[in-house]
Parts: sequence; C-alpha cells; structure tokens
Amino acid sequence: MQAIPLTQLKDGSSAIIKDIPVGHDEHITRLRELGLVPGTKIRVVRRAPLGDPIEVAVRGSRIAMRRSEARHIEILPVQE
Amino acid sequence: MPVSSAALPEAGPSSAIREPVIAIVGNPNCGKSTIFNALTGLKQKVANYPGVTVEKREGSCFSQHGKRLRLLDLPGAYSLNARSPDEAVVRDVLMGRRKDTPRPDAVVLVADASNLERNLYLTTQVLELGLPAMLVLNMMDVAEAKKWRIDLKELEQRLGVPVVPMQATSGKGLVELKAAMSRQLPVPKHTPPMPAEISAALDGIRQDLTNAGALHDTASLLESLYLISDHDPQHYGIADAHISRISACHDGLEKKFPGWEDRLAGARYDAVESILKDVLRRPEKDEATFTDRIDAVLLNPIFGFAIMLSAMVLLLYTIFALSEAPMGWIEGAFGWAGDWVKGHMAEGDLRDLLVDGVIAGVGGVVIFLPQIMILFFFIGLMEDTGYMARVAFMMDRIMGWAGLNGKAFVPFLSAYACAVPGIMATRTIASLKDRIVTILVTPLASCSARLPVYMLMIAAMFPAGQVAAWQKALVLVSMYALGTLGAFCFGWLFNRTIMRGETSLMVLEMPSYKRPSLKHLVIYVLERARIFIRRAGTVILGLTIILWAAMNYPKTEGDPSSQVAHSVAGMAGHAIEPVIKPLGFDWKIGIGLIASFAAREVFNSTMGVIYAVENSDEEDITPLREHMQAETWPDGAPVYTPLVCVSVMVFFVFAMQCLSTVAVVKRETNGWKWPLFQIAYMTAAAYIASLIVYQGGRLLGF
Repeated sequence: MQAIPLTQLKDGSSAIIKDIPVGHDEHITRLRELGLVPGTKIRVVRRAPLGDPIEVAVRGSRIAMRRSEARHIEILPVQE
Repeated sequence: MPVSSAALPEAGPSSAIREPVIAIVGNPNCGKSTIFNALTGLKQKVANYPGVTVEKREGSCFSQHGKRLRLLDLPGAYSLNARSPDEAVVRDVLMGRRKDTPRPDAVVLVADASNLERNLYLTTQVLELGLPAMLVLNMMDVAEAKKWRIDLKELEQRLGVPVVPMQATSGKGLVELKAAMSRQLPVPKHTPPMPAEISAALDGIRQDLTNAGALHDTASLLESLYLISDHDPQHYGIADAHISRISACHDGLEKKFPGWEDRLAGARYDAVESILKDVLRRPEKDEATFTDRIDAVLLNPIFGFAIMLSAMVLLLYTIFALSEAPMGWIEGAFGWAGDWVKGHMAEGDLRDLLVDGVIAGVGGVVIFLPQIMILFFFIGLMEDTGYMARVAFMMDRIMGWAGLNGKAFVPFLSAYACAVPGIMATRTIASLKDRIVTILVTPLASCSARLPVYMLMIAAMFPAGQVAAWQKALVLVSMYALGTLGAFCFGWLFNRTIMRGETSLMVLEMPSYKRPSLKHLVIYVLERARIFIRRAGTVILGLTIILWAAMNYPKTEGDPSSQVAHSVAGMAGHAIEPVIKPLGFDWKIGIGLIASFAAREVFNSTMGVIYAVENSDEEDITPLREHMQAETWPDGAPVYTPLVCVSVMVFFVFAMQCLSTVAVVKRETNGWKWPLFQIAYMTAAAYIASLIVYQGGRLLGF
C-alpha cells in the first residue's frame, strides 16, 4: 500500500506510522519521544474547527499538532 | 550499567544529619504539582533558577516517623534529552550537575496511569540513573474509565521500585504515598536500551568529555549521552566552554550513525512495550470516554466556539466587575493612610516623599492584586480541568496568523483588562520564542487604563451634544480595533525579523478532563500574588518614586501648575516639544505623556494639574474638557482640534506608557533587554502612527 502523509487521513481513521524522515524539521525527534515511532498505530481524532491543528491518539495519549508538522509523517492507512 | 554514585545516599554518615532531599519528577499534565501541593501545603517557596524563567519549587513535609523531608518539585519534562531550559533543569538536578541544588537522595516519579506508555519513557530514563526511587501512578480513575487493567504487582516487579496508585485531585492514595516515602526506597537496576555500537561510541565520547572537564559523573555513560543530545536552544546548564566540544561529539556520532537519536527513542519504546506486555490490558478499540463525550460538544465548530466565547466574556467581565470593589477598597485604604501621615507629620520633603512617593507607590502595586488573583483563578481552573488546551486547540489557527500559538490567546485576551496579569499568564506558553513574541505584543491590547484617556479625548473632540453617542462609540471601537490589528501585525513582523530562524514545535497535549482541586487552586493563586509583589512590586515602587521626584523637583514657589511646569518632567516636556509638534502636541501634552509613563490614566490627572482645573475629579471630566477646548497655541489657534485628539488617542494605542508592565516584562524575561526593546518599538510605533494621522489629516484638510 502507498504511504500517505498524516494530513490526508480522515477524522476517526487509523493508520500505522511508516516513517518520519529526518532532515525536515529539527523537532521530529521530539515527536518520536512522544511515541510516534515507526510501526506505531495512530488515529486522527479530530481536526480543530478551523482545520488546523490536528488531534491524534497515539499509545493512549492525545496530542495536537499543526499540519505543517503532520505532513512530514508518512503513514499506511489500516482497514478497520 | 552500574552507577556507582547510587549507593551514596543510603549509607553516608551525613544523611542522618542532613534532611533527605526528594525530587518529584514527571511529564507535564501528570498531576505532579497537585501531589506536591498535597504533600507540602503552604510550606513551600517558589524562586527562579538563576538566569531562566524556570520555577524552582521547594517545600517540606514529615515522614511517618516525624522526620523532615525536603521536597523538590522539578519542572514537567517529557525526556532527559532536553529541549527547553525546564527539561535541562530536570536533567541537571537529577545528575547532580547544579551547584545551587543538591543531587536528590531519592526520586518520586509521577506517571499518568491513563497515558502509561508515554509516561514510562521518562520514568525508565530516570530509573536508569540509579537513584533510589518509587513510582506514583496518578489518575487511576481515568485509566479505569478507559477500561484499562494495570497489574500493579507486575509493574513493581518489572521496574524494581514500589508503585503507589493515586487519585491526587481527591487525595486518594496520599497516605500510601507518604508511607512509601517514609521507607528506604530501593535502588533500581536498569540498563538503557541501546544498540551496542552506539554504546561503544558513547564510551569514546565519555573519554573525550572527561578530558575536557565537562562531566560530573565519569562512571556512567548517561551524562555524556544526555549532554550530547541536548537540544535546548539556550543550552541552559552547560558551561559555554563545553558547548562546542559537546556539539562536535554530537555531530561526530550523527555522521557515524545517522538518526541515532531516533533509533534510541524507538529502542526505548520497544523496551517500554515489553515492560507493559504483562502489565497493561486494554481494549482492542479505544473506549469512548467521558472526555470524548465532552469534547464532542466543547470542540464542536458551532457550540464549541459559542461556549468558548461565553467563557471568555465571563472571564473578562469577572476581571472587570469583581475587581472593582476590592480595587476601590485598596485605593481608599492607601488614600486614608496618606491622609493620616499628612495629619501627623510636619510639612516638608520627607512627608511628600512618604505620601506621594512611597504610600502612593505601594498602593500602585497592591492595586493590581485583585485582577491578578481573579485572572489566575480562572487560568488555574482552565489548566486543571483541561479546558485551557481546548481553547488553545481552537484558537491556534487564528493566533497563528500573528505567528503566535493557541496558548497565547488567553494571556492576550486578558490584557484587554490589564497587561500585567496578561504577561504573567504567558508562563503557560512552553516555547520561549512564542512566549517572548506574545509578551512583546500583549501590551498593544487596549487595557482598561487607556479607557479614561480615550474618553477624555473623545469628549474634547466633540463639543457637548453635537454628535450622537454611537458616533463616539465608533471612535472608541476603532481604537480597540487598531490596537488588536497592531498586535497581529507586530507579531507577524517579529516572527519574520528578530525571531527568524527560531522555529518551535507546537505539540499540544490534550489531557483528559479532570475535577479541579480547590486547595491546589488556592495555593496557585496565592503563589502568583506573592511572586508579583516580591518581584515586580519592588521595581514598580522604585520607578514610581523616581517619576514622582521628576514631577516635584526642583521646587518652585507658586501653585501646583507652575510647580509641574518647572519640574524636571516639565522641562523635559518643553524640551521634547519640537519633536512632538509634528504630531500636533504642545509642551503641556508633552508633560502629560511623560507623567503618564507611570500609568496611562495619570494623563488625565496631570492635564488637570497643568491646566490648574479646580475641582478636577476622575468621575466628571466636564471642567477639564471645557478647559482643553479653550486651550490655544501662542498664535491663537486651538490646541485640541479633533485631529489632535485622534492623534493623542492613536499615540496611546501604541505607546508603552506603563511602568508596571515594564517591571513585569523585566521579571518574566529575566533582564532589561526585552523591556527596553519593547519600550523602543512601541514608542516608535506610537510616534509614527500619530505622525501619519496628524500630517495625513492635515493634508486631507482636517
């Protein structure tokens, strides 16, 4: 299956994190420390009423991040 | 990995004499401070770690055997790989790298049970340091609501330290926590999950850094590891001499093993997963929780905004309405004290200094307390319940236009009441860059002290009865809009100029909703009030006295009006006339501008003194207005044309004109650099805006 950026995942859908390539952003390592490591299941809970940021559920925690960061996160959608 | 220093607190002969120091460590939002407050009550003090705005919170409590324990509430951290001064403090205290803080004898780790995996990331990092430790699993009720089953015995086995379940907001588990703290805590033995090749490379780095004298503990690899993975932009806690050495080590390792930090993060989560394999049972699909049901309403595009709007209106209204009475009492009390001193002392300089300088100055500090306490009550309530994160989530996009993040919304909004509590509230913004930009633009929100000036100018602009009330209101609303627009434009500008290249990660945790604890809230509000009085209060008092002296010396004979005209401030007003004339201002307005640097509303009373208006009182501006309308230039042209009135108002929209704000900015940014920059840019903006208004207006024939 083709990997897509996290920003394209619909509200309520789940996916597996494929990769967060380094080099885009110096803060990517922190996202990994917050639990977004490749192979982890991630779910888009909702988008903010104005479309940005995006709230995700990962490893039982809820984190909101901006689209500008989320677009670097490559995911593989999973069928529920 | 053996950590030799771990044995130190257990056997040392000094430990019997010295009170044991116990550090409380955990992620942000895990309820750490609630537990600290529950243990210590009001027996705590708050200071700053030197050079940064990271709070150092210390307190004490008694063990079950009546032994005094010193408690250190360390800042919330996600990882020992520091990305902020807060996290650098946690790393350095736990490794005994700070001269001002002893290395703790034991650590109480706090984890959010409903977010166990992520919390164990930091927990395992800290356990590997080899300090005697225990773990508090807070928010057990939330975990239960999610239908999570946590096998506490198994977790104790796996971690090798006692685990105490808790529900800090209701006090459940507090007795068990104290009991566990009263016993000798075990030293955990954990090895960091680390690929052998990286471990070998770190060994070389340890040699290198030992030779450079950068390490305190050469026995373990961990200090080298956490120093080279320091990503705090300020490199807080690392000596300047070592920074380049350390970053060279980091780059060398990165060259050899690209992405090694990401690999370590992955390896640690693998280790956490294997710990939790037999500990945590959770349903296949996430249960819809209480929090989800509330969020469905509170984050709804329509209801969510409506509710937030109502909450914010309530917040502003409460700050205005509830603070009015206590502010009146404070004014009355200090006025009475001044009169009392006047009646009991001989006339003279000393009496004037006491009454008009010191008593008025202290009164000018205390007067802020009602607003500060009300605002922080609401902020504490929103933080504790979890609603603050939702407000930030909804407003992030809008605040993003100004280069700010959602967390800047509540501080900025409350600045419409007063910038002083608003700036104090920027503490909740995690990223230093975002916090500085927010502080810089916050005073552009038209605070309540500008209102009397706007009202006076609007009154002077329109002769009585000539225009309808809605036209006056429109002028007033334009001033508020201008300030707001200015704040957004300057925020945008600062992000692209002075803050260029400093990116910050906006990761907002959305904690589950919680019942607030009244005790925690009360302590929080009192603590903010105390900090304001102690830190900002002294600066405000000093500046008030200086400004008072400038208005009253050198002494001249005659009425108050000529006294002011011949004082240092009066002479300065004359001196700046050539500069402010292009704005349409004469030297008398110049004196008003200088005097109102103390506080904007002082402009009105100063103009009253200058024009020697009898019976000028704050409530009724009619005599002052009439006098102003009669005021002329030497050539007979009126001073207060409508255009000049607008020019004065626009000046007040942008100018800093508030020494209390200066004092608070100095405290919140830890130095004079930012407040001075702020005075400079705001005064320049005020000058240019007024110049454009006045000269442009003249060209257009007004």
